[in-house]
Amino acid sequence: MAKLEKPEELIKIDHTPPKKDWMDTPAEFKEGMYCWGAKGKDLKILDFPNARDWSPKEEDWKLPENWKDTILEAMADRLSKYRSFRLFMDICVRCGACADKCHFFIGGGDPKNMPVLRAELMRSVYRKYHTTGGKIFGKTAGARELTLDVLKEWWYYFYQCTECRRCSVFCPYGIDTAEITMMGREFMNLLGLNTGWISGPVANCYMKGNHLGLEPHAIMNSIEGMIDDIETITGIRVNPSFNRKGAEILFVTPSGDLFADPGTFTCMGYLMLFHELGIDYTWSTYASEGGNFGFFTSNETAKRLNSKIYAEAKRLGVKWIIGGECGHMWRVLSQYMDTWNGPADFLEVPKSPITGTVFDNAKSMKMVHVTEFTADLIKNGKLKLDPRRNDNLKVTYHDSCNTARGMGLLEEPRYIINNVCNHFYEMPDNTIREQTFCCGSGTGLNASENMELRMRGGLPRANAVKHVRDQHGVNMLANICAIDRATLSASMDYWVPGVKVTGVHELVANALIMKGEKERETDLRGEPLPGKEGKE
Amino acid sequence: MILKNLLSEKRAAILERWFEMVLDSYPADTSSFLKQQKNQFANPVGAAISQGINGIFEELLSGKDSDTIPAFLDNIIRVRAVQDFTPSQAVAFIFHLKKVIREELEKEISENQISDELFAIEARIDKMAMLSFDIYVKCREKIYDIKANELRNMTFRLLQRANLICELSEPEQALIGSKNLNVKRKEVTK
Repeated sequence: MAKLEKPEELIKIDHTPPKKDWMDTPAEFKEGMYCWGAKGKDLKILDFPNARDWSPKEEDWKLPENWKDTILEAMADRLSKYRSFRLFMDICVRCGACADKCHFFIGGGDPKNMPVLRAELMRSVYRKYHTTGGKIFGKTAGARELTLDVLKEWWYYFYQCTECRRCSVFCPYGIDTAEITMMGREFMNLLGLNTGWISGPVANCYMKGNHLGLEPHAIMNSIEGMIDDIETITGIRVNPSFNRKGAEILFVTPSGDLFADPGTFTCMGYLMLFHELGIDYTWSTYASEGGNFGFFTSNETAKRLNSKIYAEAKRLGVKWIIGGECGHMWRVLSQYMDTWNGPADFLEVPKSPITGTVFDNAKSMKMVHVTEFTADLIKNGKLKLDPRRNDNLKVTYHDSCNTARGMGLLEEPRYIINNVCNHFYEMPDNTIREQTFCCGSGTGLNASENMELRMRGGLPRANAVKHVRDQHGVNMLANICAIDRATLSASMDYWVPGVKVTGVHELVANALIMKGEKERETDLRGEPLPGKEGKE
Repeated sequence: MILKNLLSEKRAAILERWFEMVLDSYPADTSSFLKQQKNQFANPVGAAISQGINGIFEELLSGKDSDTIPAFLDNIIRVRAVQDFTPSQAVAFIFHLKKVIREELEKEISENQISDELFAIEARIDKMAMLSFDIYVKCREKIYDIKANELRNMTFRLLQRANLICELSEPEQALIGSKNLNVKRKEVTK
């Protein structure tokens, strides 16, 4: 007869997960932690390899027979091409400074989300095929073969990194873990292992100029809707132009601002500001996307999608470009566009037509962030503002990873907020500026099917927001990123109910006193302004 | 009252043991981080668990059913509801308290004949466990809500522009609970 456990034996439950070496623990695909696979039709549009429908849930990923050679050849090629990649593979001493800096590790607790270990997933393969020690001593030297399990582990974890680069801030060697993730994704792209949430928008962008696949009439129609709303609120009908040749400035913003709330309110903010200034600018329905999801597939794709911005600037004959509030858009623009698709010597060094300020920082790129443009207007006293219209808001500011760590844009948004709002509160120091926590859903992880992943990754940011909500009654989280506007709304809904999300230019437009405007009753969201409550 | 005094005396030991038991449900590398990093912004999970169990224990000692119990439970469960746990694992931490109390006070319990008091305390812990189930389910429902809302927000403007949005009756508006959406609905239909 089988031995029956005694009650005191039964209660001895060991909660500690079995201790096995990380190399011996293959990735277990858990619902809510990954995005769906790419559609064959989207991969085909982009001429991506191995175009077929596939699902990460299935055992068979429908890989080409020579998949291993493809990856190893690509690895050898990139190692010879990018010195940074070889350096990042070689120099890590596993000091652990980055280990507890990743929002996914902090919020989720999976050790493979420690940046050092996530990078080790690739370094171990690098050692096996590219170092003498690894070739001879194998596992003892931290090396391992590239197997199907390893490939699946790569896929699972390189799509659990938002390339936010917070870990890199703490690395004594300056290893950019984001670049390792980018490389991992680039290799997997060669096997058609994309996610639907990324390849869909990339295909749209390639065909129609923006992630949402909006055709010119849909873009104009959407903006006309906003123009109607602005007229209802202010009594002023703004009159933007589209694809107008000879305009002085081209304006490019992420397409998320055109359709999804609360981004649409930010977009109304741009329209109102530019109208009030009377600047000579135009929208483009072709270069209709500032964001670049191609950046999450491969270097070549990102370059290809980015090329439309300078091409359209040239076609329209503008002098320079203003870019809207977006995160990864600005990492791409500020760090890559000029060398990919420049030099844009047909453009002029940006000079504000209102203040005369020359934006030397954009001397080569020729594109200025809208918060730089607006901060300069305020500094020179060119805007009439009534910050009391935002008095119902207690605002905090989330630094988007890419604008903060990727281009050092830290002061301008704060300067603007402090001029258009009376109640601004910073989150704790180790959660803002260079140390800002990611929203948890960047780099194309903002799908819905991976919501558990997003909530885990969003926890450290949300936790800091909760602190200022409890301390100061903060009810509005401002940011300058379209993905933040979409994803932080979900994160706040789960972690810090009662806190809403806004773009900085929505706050600007609420405070902006426009020439000839009627007495405003509501803000851009249709909510009564402070002191106007109770009126219909 | 004897048990309450004992619990009060052994407060630090009980909380420490309980904290460790909760952290044992995480992989070793993770639990040592959760234990060691004391900054609440660098380690929100460790802070939520620590503050949560402290609060729950205080409430247990107070002997009253206060309004703050759900908030303390929520601190911990909201986190575990999105981590790698089954529903039972996510709320198991509350049952650990029984085990910790019995182990820490093993000698005192047998010497002092306080089984009645122990039963009363354990009944309160069971009550908290039931509350935990409710909170866990609410958290999961919220996740599903968020997924549905995201889909709605993505398509709302498109439907609005295509004039496919109709005005809702008041009970329907109350169901949706968003004043903002209602305003827009009115604008479209006028």
